[in-house]
Amino acid sequence: MVEYVWPDREHTALLGKSHDKIDALAKCTGAAKYSYDIAPERLLLARALGCPLAHCKVKSIDTSAAENVKGVVAVRAMKKEGDEIFWEGDLIAVVAGESEGAVAEGLAAIKADYEPLDVFVNEADLSAAESAKRTAKSGGKVQLKKEPDDDDKDFEEKELARLFKEAAAVVEGHYGIQAITHMCLEPHGSTCDWNDGKLTAHLSTQNVSGTAGQFATPLKLTANDVTVHCDYIGGGFGSKFAADRWDVVAAQLSKDLGRPVKLMLDRDLELKNAGCRPSGFADVKIGADKDGLVTVWDSHHWSTGGWGGAPLPQDQVPYVLVPANFRRRVTNVKTNASPQRAWRAPNHPQACALSQTAVDDIAAKLGLDSYDVFMRNLANAPEARAATYAEEMKIAAKLMDWKSKWHPHGKGGKQGSVVSGLGMALHTWAGGGHGSSCLVKIHPDGGVEAFLGSQDLGTGTRTVIALVLAETFGLPLEAVKVNVGSSKFPASGPSGGSTTVGGVSESSRHAALDALDKLNKLVADKLQVPAENLVARDRRIFDKDHPDKGLSWKEACSLVGMNALEVTARGAPGPKSKLSSSGVGGVQMAEVAVDRETGIVRMKKFVTVQDMGMVINRKTAESQIFGAMIMGIAYALFEERILDPKTGKFVNAEVADYKLPRLGDIGELVVEIYEPDSERARGVIGLGEPPVIGPGAAISNAVCNALGVRVPVLPLTPKRVLDTLKARNA
Amino acid sequence: MKPFEYASPETEREALEFLSPEPGKTAVLAGGTDLIGLMSRLIVQPERVVSLAGIPSLRAIEVDARGLSIGSMMSLEDVAEHPATAAYPALRQAIGEISSQQLQSQGTLGGELCQRPRCWYFRSGEGLLAREGRSVVEGDNRYHAIFGNSGPAKFVCPSRLAPALIALGAAVRVIGPDVDNETIMPLEAFFRTPEDEHDREHALRGDQIVSHVLLPVARYKSASYEVRQGSGPDYPLAAAAAALAFHGGVVSEARIVLGQVAPTPWISREAIQAIVGCAVNEETAEAAGRAAASVATPLSHNEYKVQLAKVAVKRAILLAAGFESGGF
Amino acid sequence: MSKADDSARSSGFSRRAFLRGSGAAAAASALASAPSALVAKDESPSLVAGSTTIVLKVNGQPQKVTVEPRTKLLEALRYGLNLTGAKPISVDGSSGGSTVLVDGKPVAANSMLALQCVGKSIQTVEGLAPDGLPAAFAHHDASQCGFCTPGFVVAAKAFLDKHPNATEDDIRKNLNGNLCRCGTYANIIPAVLDVVKGARNG
Repeated sequence: MVEYVWPDREHTALLGKSHDKIDALAKCTGAAKYSYDIAPERLLLARALGCPLAHCKVKSIDTSAAENVKGVVAVRAMKKEGDEIFWEGDLIAVVAGESEGAVAEGLAAIKADYEPLDVFVNEADLSAAESAKRTAKSGGKVQLKKEPDDDDKDFEEKELARLFKEAAAVVEGHYGIQAITHMCLEPHGSTCDWNDGKLTAHLSTQNVSGTAGQFATPLKLTANDVTVHCDYIGGGFGSKFAADRWDVVAAQLSKDLGRPVKLMLDRDLELKNAGCRPSGFADVKIGADKDGLVTVWDSHHWSTGGWGGAPLPQDQVPYVLVPANFRRRVTNVKTNASPQRAWRAPNHPQACALSQTAVDDIAAKLGLDSYDVFMRNLANAPEARAATYAEEMKIAAKLMDWKSKWHPHGKGGKQGSVVSGLGMALHTWAGGGHGSSCLVKIHPDGGVEAFLGSQDLGTGTRTVIALVLAETFGLPLEAVKVNVGSSKFPASGPSGGSTTVGGVSESSRHAALDALDKLNKLVADKLQVPAENLVARDRRIFDKDHPDKGLSWKEACSLVGMNALEVTARGAPGPKSKLSSSGVGGVQMAEVAVDRETGIVRMKKFVTVQDMGMVINRKTAESQIFGAMIMGIAYALFEERILDPKTGKFVNAEVADYKLPRLGDIGELVVEIYEPDSERARGVIGLGEPPVIGPGAAISNAVCNALGVRVPVLPLTPKRVLDTLKARNA
Repeated sequence: MKPFEYASPETEREALEFLSPEPGKTAVLAGGTDLIGLMSRLIVQPERVVSLAGIPSLRAIEVDARGLSIGSMMSLEDVAEHPATAAYPALRQAIGEISSQQLQSQGTLGGELCQRPRCWYFRSGEGLLAREGRSVVEGDNRYHAIFGNSGPAKFVCPSRLAPALIALGAAVRVIGPDVDNETIMPLEAFFRTPEDEHDREHALRGDQIVSHVLLPVARYKSASYEVRQGSGPDYPLAAAAAALAFHGGVVSEARIVLGQVAPTPWISREAIQAIVGCAVNEETAEAAGRAAASVATPLSHNEYKVQLAKVAVKRAILLAAGFESGGF
Repeated sequence: MSKADDSARSSGFSRRAFLRGSGAAAAASALASAPSALVAKDESPSLVAGSTTIVLKVNGQPQKVTVEPRTKLLEALRYGLNLTGAKPISVDGSSGGSTVLVDGKPVAANSMLALQCVGKSIQTVEGLAPDGLPAAFAHHDASQCGFCTPGFVVAAKAFLDKHPNATEDDIRKNLNGNLCRCGTYANIIPAVLDVVKGARNG
């Protein structure tokens, strides 16, 4: 009976240590081929045309002139007369041709006519949204400790009023966070190659196993005739789970023309169509006791997920620190913007930025140290996590040197016009593994390889699988070959929600242990030792009681016969698994400097202490946290989708206009993985999402601590900082 | 891009022969950092592109008793690193602020001055004036002009070197339509505020090129200051350059020019008036900044830029006089 | 003086007149027979229209590639020469993802025309010694999705060629022409410093 567990710390050769990614050099030399790079013979290039209006009805689309452009091979309209269009940039037509120039000319020759309709995009202004009839109630919840009397209709209002009256401090504030886009550096798209009734789609996807069927149905195929390939993907962040409508057009064009077709979205159309994160705005009133413990919470938040997209849901506000008494109300605003897609840790960054800012404002109001107030409010954190948060806060505070740097809000020293401040936030995420199957082959010559229909987003998934196999078989990392990125391999779930590392480490450990069990039986027969005594270590399989009794890995593998020993196993994440579990958290502390005269905020230092169960590859785990912190700096200080308030046009949809931090903007970043034995014993848990959650609140709190006034809406641009300072002085 | 002819002349004369007087028909290619992107987006659609890269006379700095003559095709990096520009700190600082190796080595002096506005309405095809300025007035104008914006032009001049060069007294040598048609004009006269869609934001005709930038012998203490949100090649939110001459510890002459705040580089006569005759210190520099800002006419979303313009002027003056800026 | 007069006044009227129809075809066919030259030495020695074959010196090797005037260097490298290390990320080079070295200088291959690079030496990420910056980037996990990485490696190469003794502060101040979305900046800094310290060859 194979027992599916991890080796303990002292018997671990590779797991938990730092390893270079096995595909890192291919990325750094340009050898790695992305969907954008795949160029079969006779390739046609295709590009799409976006609608210039944010809300309109199509009157006509005339593609005849485009078809006559030299070098244009085909034009396909994606909309027809009478179709309604709900956001600027929605795709109208696609042109395929022999060169980028010819395609550009073809696009310019398409004549389309539209009837304009009413546009609304400014969801930050709730009353404007109401006047435009673009709002809808979207759930909510009331939780009050005290039970109402049977006949008390006004209990809710009266009880809330009573709780606020009893509170030592009450804060009322407005908080917000603008919509952002995914800005994947490799845009969405594919290179589709139709051959003999079968489709090969090189799709830039986070969902290799799940997208073949999405091509098959519209092309009137069955999924067995579709292969989706993705060896490397240039960023997804939650926006690349589907074969999108433009991918299907590329596949159809390839089928119709008998030539491979590449259709990658232009940068502006990528930003306008291929994913954004919902905004979030909230009016919050909270009451606390004299030590800052929040006793009552009353909030109304609203947001937009664009046209038909889900807005910020009701269930994450207040975030992590949930007082015993609270009421939340939610409104959905429908805007003429493209529908949202999952963005790294969906909804958590906004919920954190709307909630933990309010908690910090209690600290400001009472003149208390934010650290102490957050520590006190751990009483409102989930019981199972509170002690871990407390430990992590202590570690983070030490790394930040919080106590010696702290000053009450707005009371720090000035250097010229520059003031500094500290802020913190807590986060949580599930991160349980997804379903995954793994095929392991042990070749008679000792070669080992794994096949999974998974994908490596750059997080080091290949390397995780290789480490699990190498650890299991007692081999060095480089002895294992990992094959992912094809829908013809055993299926794995999509890479989203930090589910991948849990999923693939489960399936590859299961498959490797099953394969080793079979191999051990062959070795046991050969050596006449009990199979259960055999261990695989240092390229050998040997009797643990008689280490001289053993075979080299190669000799052992020669026992499998003419063909490779093949084992396919499915992982079994869930409550019973000893390999993986779910539920992580962490603490983030930011130190910023703010130039009061220009409103510019600079990162000085940023600390993350993160738990994640058992670490497989320390190097890539740390990189994930660094990356999340930098993405957090991006949405806290720089990036936002800017829609023209009147026309709805996405005005900053180019790299040059969509502000993001650069290498010089990150300050000093410090990462500490919290992995005591108790954490390691929980097994593997994903961590792609969690450290991207807290930066908005932590940085906003730090700016508030520096200035002594809350800049309510993220990102904290010079305009917003100066407008806030001016309003306060007025 | 639309198809076009590509010309690669080897002399100034040849270059001019390739150019058409008809606006937009031909385009002059310098480094390409702006033009190629504009052509890719079909914002400009020339029928012929004339590259100046093969003309040796445009790639040299000459020094004589009158000052410097800098070829318009010198890369920004080469200008900043040439020993002769050491006496013009405002210019070197302005180049240094363009925080991208690629832009510094690919971008040229002439191209930097002739780059098109960053206005997002212009760059999405609404024309240089963006529907006679209406798109800007009714739309999101957070980065638009706060001075000189009473006409239809609301964009800001994108040049990051022009404020420094104007402060330092630079002129440009413009040639064309024939090689013996040479015009030397102060750089401030080169930039224009267009009144309708047929106008350009500078004085060049379609068949003219900027061949050289001429700098008089350095006699100022100078500095540039940009209010930049991040470290990348983003355009500043506001900028200023100050060139100051001192006599007996007080400013005897000043040239103060703002950038990114008006459709042209904005010479602040108010700031100049405020600082001349004063010793430079925090208070006088602040007063000059206030004076500069006093004539601002912000749009609906860019009042914060008035404060930034004030601070940029103050800090450029402080830096020029050898003090710390007091901020980032 | 009318515009026509203005134009005719110049001795180079035929050059000013735009090549059209047969003119363009003639230019193209003349070039086809002399592929190693940029242009045929005819009446318009330095005017190219239509499709033409040029020679680009890439990573030390002269290579023929057929381009139009509007073909960007990036398109020629990726589709003409199958060098896909330089990436198309922005419309104008502002991401730095298409960075290559032209005569040793870092430039954005998607804001240059292929024709601008005739006679120049082009170096792409594929032409860099893999044991130098690429290995340092790999070891410091300075790539995640990796789409920006080749451009970053080339930019770092250009920077270190010029500043072989760069400090951490220099790196933070100067490697800002490139954009990364995954957030690898924190790992790029020690990778570049490694090469400065001689741990690896630049």
